[in-house]
Amino acid sequence: MEWTDAAAVEHARGGNADAFRVLVDRHSRAVFRLAYRMTGNEHDAEDMVQETFLRAYKQLGKFDGRAGFGTWLYRIASNCSVDLIRARKKREERTVEAPVDGLRSREAGPERLTQSLEISGILGSAMNELSATERTAFVLRHYEGLGMDEIGGVLGVEANAAKHSVFRAVQKLRRALQPAMGAAR
Amino acid sequence: MTHLSEEQLILCYYGEPESLELQTHLAVCQECGRRFETLACMLDACDYPVPERLGSYEAAVWHRLEPKLASRKRWWLWNAAPALAGLILIAFFVGQWVGQRGSTHENASATPGKIRERVLLVAMGDHLERSQMVLAELVNTRPSGAIDISEERRRAEDLVHDNRLFRQTAAKTGKGIDASVLDDLERVLLEIAHSPSQISSPELENLQRRIEAQGILFKVRVVGTTVRAKGNQL
Repeated sequence: MEWTDAAAVEHARGGNADAFRVLVDRHSRAVFRLAYRMTGNEHDAEDMVQETFLRAYKQLGKFDGRAGFGTWLYRIASNCSVDLIRARKKREERTVEAPVDGLRSREAGPERLTQSLEISGILGSAMNELSATERTAFVLRHYEGLGMDEIGGVLGVEANAAKHSVFRAVQKLRRALQPAMGAAR
Repeated sequence: MTHLSEEQLILCYYGEPESLELQTHLAVCQECGRRFETLACMLDACDYPVPERLGSYEAAVWHRLEPKLASRKRWWLWNAAPALAGLILIAFFVGQWVGQRGSTHENASATPGKIRERVLLVAMGDHLERSQMVLAELVNTRPSGAIDISEERRRAEDLVHDNRLFRQTAAKTGKGIDASVLDDLERVLLEIAHSPSQISSPELENLQRRIEAQGILFKVRVVGTTVRAKGNQL
């Protein structure tokens, strides 16, 4: 019988490791995807996946089921990533890898590829310039397709404040990407 | 005609519910349509591909995660441990008192005394193991941003109480272990118990340095092993 997330959480709370593994199996790829886009770094993203599930396990008692387990996990992953981004900004170690490899595999003409590579390089830098909250809001809206209410839930703010974080992120990215977009035309 | 703001264009791009009315304007206004196209072109280009994970990715995540969870599986024991330790100590003292009264009788056997001592050593060994786990978790935590140590703090609070009882017992009876190690351990546990739930990376690093400088983790490990060995011999 396949457990729902809620049932797996209940069993995991009772100390059933198999139940927690069900949750890990079900959500680890999504958490990695989010963590990678938040950190821009594969190694950090893997650490974030571990940290997210550890924190989730530790806080299973606090999961009240009002939001889905996935959303709750996103909140934890986002908080982990925000901690990392803030620490990284403090240390001024902005060494985010540009997500270049994935672009190579796309079917595209040389012009499109050059443009994408250039934009992706700039995108990596521009994403680093966003505040942790702006980056979280943008990643959750643009890549993960979460609604403003859900993003607000993840960030612990009202939907309206989440919306303004998305606005600020898009505006900053537009300013950073506009020169490259204009040159490519 | 009032044109759409950039925020409204962003709402249209993401198809937010409140953008439905704005879409009508967008369909008829050339100026806004052109600005929307520019914005959409930029956002469409924000491609951020994620490296592919292998098919066995979930298993790999679990493989790394499981050993870290193992130490947390016995959370119920953490909750029951203070009461258990208290009961063992009460039993130990009651047993000693009864033993002293019984020693006036020549036929008093040494066996009950040994059993009491063994029970005490086993309880102490368990206490030291739990203390060791809290210290090891803190020492091995990677300093990164604000760190939530609420669970370690709660466990340290419980352990301080037990530790005080064990230290007093050790000092009074001279049995089991050197009370000075328990004294050192109590100071570290108190420091953890009185820390805020969330500490910064530098605060964690300071705490880690103090734990390591006193060598308390090593001492607790050594004494714990000795105590368990003694308990097994009895």
